[in-house]
This record gives sequence, C-alpha cells and structure tokens, in this order.
Amino acid sequence: MVVLGQFLEVLIGGLLAGVLYSLVALGFVLIFKASGVFNFAQGAMVLLAGLALVRSLDFMVARGIPTWAAIVLALLFAAVVMAITAALIQKLVLGPLVNQSDLSLFMATIGITFVLEGAGQMIFGSDVYPLSLFPTDAWFILDGLFEGGLLVNKLDVWGGLIAGALVAVLAIFFQRTKTGRALRAVADDHAAAESVGIPITWIWFVVWLVAGLVALTAATVWGTKLGVQFSIVFLALKALPVLIIGGFTSVPGAIVGGLIVGAGEKIAEVYLGQQIGGGIEYWFAYVLALAVLLVRPQGLFGERIIERI
Amino acid sequence: MLRKTLAFATAASAVLSGAGIMLSAGPAMAQNEQFIPRLVYRTGAYAPNGIPFANGAADYITMLNERDGGINGIKLVMEECETGYATDKGVECYERLKGKGPTGAAYFSPLSTGITFALTEKAPGDKIPLLTTGYGRSESRNGAVFAWNFIAVGSYWTAADIAIQHIAKELGGFDKLKGKKISLVYHDSPYGKEPIAALEVRAKLNGFNFKAIPVTHPGVEQKSQWLAIRQDRPDYVLLWGWGVMNSTSIKEAAAVAYPRDKIIGVWWSGAEPDVIPAGDQAKGYKALMLQHGAGQFAVHADIEKNVYAKGQGVGKDTFGQVLYNRGLIDSLIGTEAIRTAQAKFGKKPLTGEEVRWGFENLNLTAARIKELGFEGMLAPIKFSCEDHQGADQGRVHQWDGKEWKIISDFYTADRKILDPMVAEYSAKYAAEKKITPRDCSKEK
Amino acid sequence: MLYREAGQFKTSYAADMAIFPIRQDRIALIILLLFAFIGIPLLAHFQLWPLGSDYMLRAILIPFLILALAAIGVNILVGYCGQISLGSGAFMAIGAYSAYKFGTGVHIPLEFIGTEIKIAPLPVLPSILLGGLMSAIVGILFGMPSLRIKGLYLAVATLAAQFFFDWVFLRVKWFTNYAPSGSVNAPELSFFGYLVHSPIERYLLCLIFVTLFALIAKNLVRGNIGRQWMAIRDMDIAAELMGIRPLYAKLSAFAVSSFIVGVAGALWAFVYLGSWEPLAFSIDRSLQLLFMVIIGGLGSILGSFLGAAFILILPILLDQVPHALGVPISVETVSLLVFIVTGALICYLLIVEPHGFARLWSIAKEKLRLWPFPY
Repeated sequence: MVVLGQFLEVLIGGLLAGVLYSLVALGFVLIFKASGVFNFAQGAMVLLAGLALVRSLDFMVARGIPTWAAIVLALLFAAVVMAITAALIQKLVLGPLVNQSDLSLFMATIGITFVLEGAGQMIFGSDVYPLSLFPTDAWFILDGLFEGGLLVNKLDVWGGLIAGALVAVLAIFFQRTKTGRALRAVADDHAAAESVGIPITWIWFVVWLVAGLVALTAATVWGTKLGVQFSIVFLALKALPVLIIGGFTSVPGAIVGGLIVGAGEKIAEVYLGQQIGGGIEYWFAYVLALAVLLVRPQGLFGERIIERI
Repeated sequence: MLRKTLAFATAASAVLSGAGIMLSAGPAMAQNEQFIPRLVYRTGAYAPNGIPFANGAADYITMLNERDGGINGIKLVMEECETGYATDKGVECYERLKGKGPTGAAYFSPLSTGITFALTEKAPGDKIPLLTTGYGRSESRNGAVFAWNFIAVGSYWTAADIAIQHIAKELGGFDKLKGKKISLVYHDSPYGKEPIAALEVRAKLNGFNFKAIPVTHPGVEQKSQWLAIRQDRPDYVLLWGWGVMNSTSIKEAAAVAYPRDKIIGVWWSGAEPDVIPAGDQAKGYKALMLQHGAGQFAVHADIEKNVYAKGQGVGKDTFGQVLYNRGLIDSLIGTEAIRTAQAKFGKKPLTGEEVRWGFENLNLTAARIKELGFEGMLAPIKFSCEDHQGADQGRVHQWDGKEWKIISDFYTADRKILDPMVAEYSAKYAAEKKITPRDCSKEK
Repeated sequence: MLYREAGQFKTSYAADMAIFPIRQDRIALIILLLFAFIGIPLLAHFQLWPLGSDYMLRAILIPFLILALAAIGVNILVGYCGQISLGSGAFMAIGAYSAYKFGTGVHIPLEFIGTEIKIAPLPVLPSILLGGLMSAIVGILFGMPSLRIKGLYLAVATLAAQFFFDWVFLRVKWFTNYAPSGSVNAPELSFFGYLVHSPIERYLLCLIFVTLFALIAKNLVRGNIGRQWMAIRDMDIAAELMGIRPLYAKLSAFAVSSFIVGVAGALWAFVYLGSWEPLAFSIDRSLQLLFMVIIGGLGSILGSFLGAAFILILPILLDQVPHALGVPISVETVSLLVFIVTGALICYLLIVEPHGFARLWSIAKEKLRLWPFPY
C-alpha cells in the first residue's frame, strides 16, 4: 500500500508538472501552426511577460493601489507589453524573413531570444522577483487510504486548471471566431489564404500576440512557482520534448505530450534515477521523445509530413 | 543590393573599429596605482546571488580609496568584467585583465568554482594569486602544491564537517548520528560535488546513512528530488545550491511538507536571495555562515560615511546582506594581503608574485580585525606557505521570515579528518600535473 | 584588373578540378597561411602590435581557431548534408573526455568475466585523434534516427544526445577518473617529446590542426562523397532515386562531422581551457556553433571561419567598447547591451543575407572581376 501510494504520488505530481510544461509548449504550437516558425524565443517571452507583470504589480502595490485592482492593471500592462513585442517581432524580423528556410527562421528566433533576455532584464531588472498569485502549499488527500496521505501541490492543480481553460479558450477562438478561422486558413496554405483576402501580416501579428498571452499565462504560474527571474528562459528546453511527442502542430498534442513527459520523467527520476545516479530527467524526456519519433516521425498528433519531388 | 553592401560594411567596420579600440586601449593608468581585477556576474541565471557579492567587494575597495587614499598611498584601481558564471567567458576576462595596470593584476577572485578550476591551470604560469573565499578546490588548502590558490576562510569540506557537527549537536552528540539518514541535495557541478568526499568520510566515521541527490543546472525543476526525499524521509537534508536552485529547493521542501528546520544549507545557500523568493515557506530554514552573517558592523559605518555620503558606491540596496558582507571580506583579505606585501617590498604597486608573499604572510589577529572594523564578522585568520585556508570556523544561522538569526557558536572543523584528505587529493593532483611540491620550510 | 581569371587556361581535367582553380585565390591563400604560420608568431615574439600581450593569442586567436574547426565539422553536417544538429556540444564533449581518458590511461574492469581491459596512457596526439574517432562512432549511432526523422524534428531529437552526454560526463565517475569534483585537468601537451607550452606554441598547434582539417574538408566536399551529401541535402528522395544511398551518405556525414567536432572538442579542453567540466560543452556551445555556420554561410568552408570570427569576437568587442571609450556605464548594462546588440545583429544579418558571409564574399568576388570597368 505504501509503495502504491508513493507511486501514485509521483504519477500525479508528474502529470501536473507536465501540464506546466504544456503551458509553455502551447505557445510554440500556436506559432508553428500558423507560420511554420519554430519559436525558440517562447521561454524568453515567458520571462518578459513575467517581468512586466511582477514589476508593474510591485510598483502599483507600493503606491497603495488595492491588490485586486493592481493585479488586473498589471495583467493588462503585461498584455500590452506582449502586444508591442509581437508587433515588433512581426514587423522587424519575421515579416522580412518570409519564405526563408526553417533553419534561418529558427536561428532568427534565437536572435530574438537574446534581444528579449537583454531588454527584459535591462528594463525590469535582473533580480528574483517573488510573485504569489496562487497558493503554493500542498493538499494531502486520501489520508485514510495511504499513510500520510497523497501529496498534491495546489499550485500544480491551479496550473492544470489554467491549462485546461486555456485550451478551451483557444479551441473556441480557433473554431468559432472569424480571426481564428482565418488563422487556420493561413496555417493550411498561406498563399491560398492571402488570395481570398485574408490579411496575412495581421494574422501573423495575432498569432504572436496570442502566443505572447499564452506566455503571460505561463508566467503567472511559473512566476509563482519559481519567482520571476532569468532562469525561466530555460523552460523552453523543457517544453521541447513535450512538443515533439505531441507534434508541432497540435494543441491537444501539447497537453498530452506534457502529461507523458511529466509522468515519464518523474517516474524515471524517482525509480530509475536512484539506481543509476540521479539527474536523469532532463535527457530522459528527450530520449522518450526520440523513441516516439522513431515510431511516428511527426509526433503523436502532428500532421503527416508528405514529401513530393 | 545596397542593403547587403551596407550590412557587410556595417559588420566589417564594427569589427574593425572595435578591434582598433580594443587594441589601442593600452595601459592609460598612472604608475602609482595597484590594479585589482574583478570577475563578476550581474546578469544571467546566477545574477541575484552574484550582484550583492560584487557590490560588497567593490564598495570596500572604493572605501579604502576614499578614506585612506588606497593602501599606503597607492591608489587601488578596479575593473569589473562580466563572466555570466560561464567558464570560457571567465577565462577570457582573466586574459583581458591579467596584464592591466603598471604591475598587472594583484589577484583574481572569480566567485565560480568552475572558473576557479580553469584558472588554477593558468595562474601559476602568470604568477597571479587566486583568492577564493569559501569556495573552490578544497584540496587547494595545501599551499605546497597549490602555490597560487588561497581558499580563504573555509572550503566545502570545512562546511560539510561543520554541518555534520551542528547536526550532531542538535541531536545531542556524535553517537546519536548512528543510523540516521542524511541526504545532500546538490547543484550538479564541481561546486555541488565537492562536499561529497568529506561527507562520505564522515558517514563512515559516525555511522549515518548518506545519500547524494543531484539537481541539474540551473535547478528550476526539483519535484522528483523532493518527492524522493518525502518517501525516503531523511532526518536531515543538506543543501548545496546556488542561485535559483536554493529558493526552489525551499519551496519544493515546503510543497512536500519537509520541515525547513531540518534543512541546512551551505554558506552559498544561506543569503537573502535564497530565502526571500520563498516567502513564509523559508521560515525556520538554516544555513551555515562563513563565520559572518548579515548585519551592519563598524566597517559598514565607514562605507556609509566615506562612500555613500559622497554619492558613490554600488550596493545601496544590498547593503549589509549576507553576500554583500562576504564581498567585503573577500576584498578585505585581498587588500590586506597587498598591505602585508607592501611591508616587505615597499610602498609601490606590486606584482602578483609579491602579493602572493603577502597572502602567505597575512596574519589577521583579533586586534587587527577590530581595527579594520570587522569585529563580529570574522575570527582571526592566519595564512602560511603550507596552509592557504587560514581558518576552520563557521556558525549556523536561521531565517525567521524577516532576517537571519545566529543560532550557534563557532564550530571548528575537525582537521584530523580533513587534513589527510587534503594531503591525499593534492598529492594526486601533483602527480597528475607533475608538480614538485614546494618545500615550505625553505620559504620565508 | 587584379582579380581576373582570364588567361589562366586549364589544359587538363585535374587542373579544372583543382581545389583552388583561380591563381589569385591560391596566391591569397598562400599569403594568408604564411602570415598565420610565420607572421603572427614573429609579431608575438617581438611583442609588436597587435600582439603586444598574449591576450590576442590566448583569448582570441586560439579559441577562434578551435571554434572554426568545430564550425567546419558542423557545417559538413548542417551545411553540406542538410541534417540540422543541436547536439554539436555533446560531440565536442565526447572528443574531450575520450581524449582525456586515452591520455590518462583506460582501465575497464570486467570482473564478471574475470578480466579487464587496460590501455596504458597514450601520447597526446593519438589521444586527440582517438577522441575524434570515439566522437565519430557515437555520431554514427545518433545519426541513425536521421534516416527516419527530418528537419526541425531531427534538430530537437539531437538534443537528446546533448542532454544525455551532459549527464553521462557529470554522473559516470569513470570518465573523470573519480575526481571528487568531477572536473578534470588536461595532461601536459607533449608532441614527440616536444612540450607545447607557451601561447605561440599552442596557437601553432591549433593552426596546424585547423589547416589540415580545413584542407581535408575542402577536398571531401568537392569529391564524390561531398556531392552525395549535397544531393541528399537538396532533395533526399530525388537523390535516392539517382542511386545515392541515404544510409551511407547521411551516416558518413555524421561520422566525418562528429570526428572533426570531436577533435575540436579535445583541443578546446586540452589547449584552451586546461581544466573543464561538462558545462563547457553545454547546449549554449551547440547553439553558438550553429550560429557560426549560419551567419558564416551554410555549405562553405570559408564561411565557417568568417562565422566563427564574427560570433566569437563580436560579443568580446562589444563588451570592451564602452570601457575603452571611457563611457561610464556599469558592466551589467554593458553585458545586457551586448545581448541585445548581438541578437539584433544576428536577426539583421539573417534578413539581409540569409546565405551568410560566404555569399557576400562570393558577390564581392564577382564584382572584383569586373572592377574597375563593369560592362
């Protein structure tokens, strides 16, 4: 019973941790789907959104604005920052780079990462800024069944709820709104979309904006978890295996991929890691992803890659 | 086409003009100045911890210049170089700064175990001492082999030993350690791995079960480590983290309801940036002190009066913090070594080799420490040719949610345990690098 | 006027296929090599500008040469064969750690079958080359997925190699000879009894390696195998239909590339750092190398050098400009500015010349041919 309890605890913890990776991975998926850009800068966008949020929040709280109002205003401010970032990226970098190779676009987003990291820290500071929007303590459920109860972190649950809500909102956005439908059209074939009158640069701006807002959402959760600070950019590296497992183009894939990666790596770390020295979760997620790719080269939910000569 | 040509021209001219500037910037310094290079990291993943240390170290040197006009009339000139905690960047900074000033760099203080390891290979060739206050290679205490390393005040082995002593005291004696479980959560790098050897020796000696749990750089993801701890239920957890890893550890410990007062951090895990982000969850968390803790002492009043009152100084918002104070001590030891060396070689800018003599003959007595304004922060330190560490003491402090409270007396690390390790590992290093140890009895 | 191949008649196929078909190129190359092999050491020896101190050699030229070598390796894989790899740092690490093991003696106890493998410490040169060989073998292994996975999916999959080897060299104590800290020291650099020690000697050592490997690479890519790689890069299905075996072509690219990258890794560890830990070969290194080949020019050996120079030297220069000009801004601001400017310049270069410096160079050559009287 104790063993089962421990296993369940690791499993639940892993699944929830995986959802938090999905929050970051979602931003990748949106941009890749709509513009074919593999956006390495998503981690830096989370950092920028988090910094904008926490610094404006602290600023307003220090000036006596009530907390709830300050939170709303800070969220709005961060959203505006992300909108400006999206517009600049679209206008200055990705617009001129249309039709370049995947690799060039990918490298350009790494360049953007540098700029965002530097600018974010220069404007907002490079210290650790604590953020506490959500409770971070733990529940101990099923106390009667297992000794000491099963540990579930409240923050992780919040993260899961937010991710669920986000996916629902995105689904409605893509299926029900005009912009969302235009987005899907652009994703399918941007030349065809343009020919029926969809303003393609506007659509790309919207995509980056949505990705920026997803980053802001991720920042609220991750900022509460870690404090807003530079290390948040490393989240991009934890989101990549999620992305390959789920497929670059699938929103549900990002969630499922997150669950698989989270559960897989935690179980591997706790049970296998103790045998072979620990610290294996970083590469384990990638090896898991590699294994999935060997069976399905486009990921579990990705669109099939068809090549013609 | 025009744009392309323009781009090429911009890039090329940027590189060329930059090269010109870089190379033409020769030593524009006066001949009566002592150059002190400062490797710092004020950006990147470890900036929150790097900034206060760099501030303290810089403010102390500024204070010496403002109050005393340098050391015996020799003005101190410092230049910071940003390493970002990256080894290759640190090596580049070292190469850039080592030759500046009329006599070259007095000493280097890299504040990174990785950079220390790399510079340990280069310093003997350039004859520049490395001052590593409370970090670096533990076996570099042996000055006969590591002629240029000064692991001042304490090594990680000292820290490990003191931590176990403190646990034994809390439990009520060394015999109580038997059968207890102690886990080490460590930053997976040379820094985090250093204490393992000393802890393994102690585990054998005192009969506790020791387990080392690595956390991958930079340490933002520790859920599985702490779930494993929750299942394993060790009696104590030692924390050997740096930067974001520390606060994350405390938060994850809180998340699995591991009592924070059973966690003891090393002195690099026991400062304000480590606990403040964790908020109330850090209450009760303990950490070792590299002798000193937070707070303001006589030297702070001097800095207030001579630096900040004149509108200078860089560390106002970190003033009196643990790492700021450690920066002060780092510069104190370095500058006092210069002062000691000036007594022998004359009041002029000194070379690295002369400063090394100063280090090896540095004797900070209690009276001298009081005179310098460090009373209450630092116990006496005395270096020698054989002993490049100079002190073996440490204390423990605890975070009460607002500030660090000192909760123990001084512990002295057990040299009967550590000295054979220093001898063994430094002999291994000497054999590997084909170094013939100096005969310290012949040095004066 | 000066740069024109008119009058240079090629009377044999061999001459037509020569590695540098234009006489001016050959002359320029010889001058460059003479300068690198003789001029720079002379300047350094007499401490003349710009080599007055050994900063230039130790902090710029040596890392530049080693990283250029690594960039050549990466360029073979990414630029010539079209297989994007984000794991180059890991292959540098494999080269470095294998060379270290061969240099300090390999000892594998195989107690369960009652025997052991023991190799006495090898001299430095064979150690470095064996380091490259080990890297090539692992490269082939991790190249296998490329037969099934393509493009960015492959790029992310190569990160598996990166993180796996980061972990291996941290965790498996055998690789670090059970050093308590996990950081290892290079053995002394002795070549045929000659001890390489001073910066000039180290520089020349790297230069010899780089020159040799650059020539080998240049030869490989214009030969049969290089053409196979390029065919695979341009359209792998079409190449397969033409009779090129993707298995052989892709894996050979992985092998050659990893070999060169591994040798570069061993040099980086032995010659530049002297003492290192796995962090020296982290994902940042991989991305840096990829930048070098893309900014320099995919599918160009010359581009690897230009890219390495740009990516290595630009941040170092930017970092020193404000100080040298006497502008009083803090190192913090400077290093953040360096980030911003580097990132922005990379984006800018990708926009104005996606094919890198190598393309600009060839455009310049075209113009030179017509100069000063364009049609």
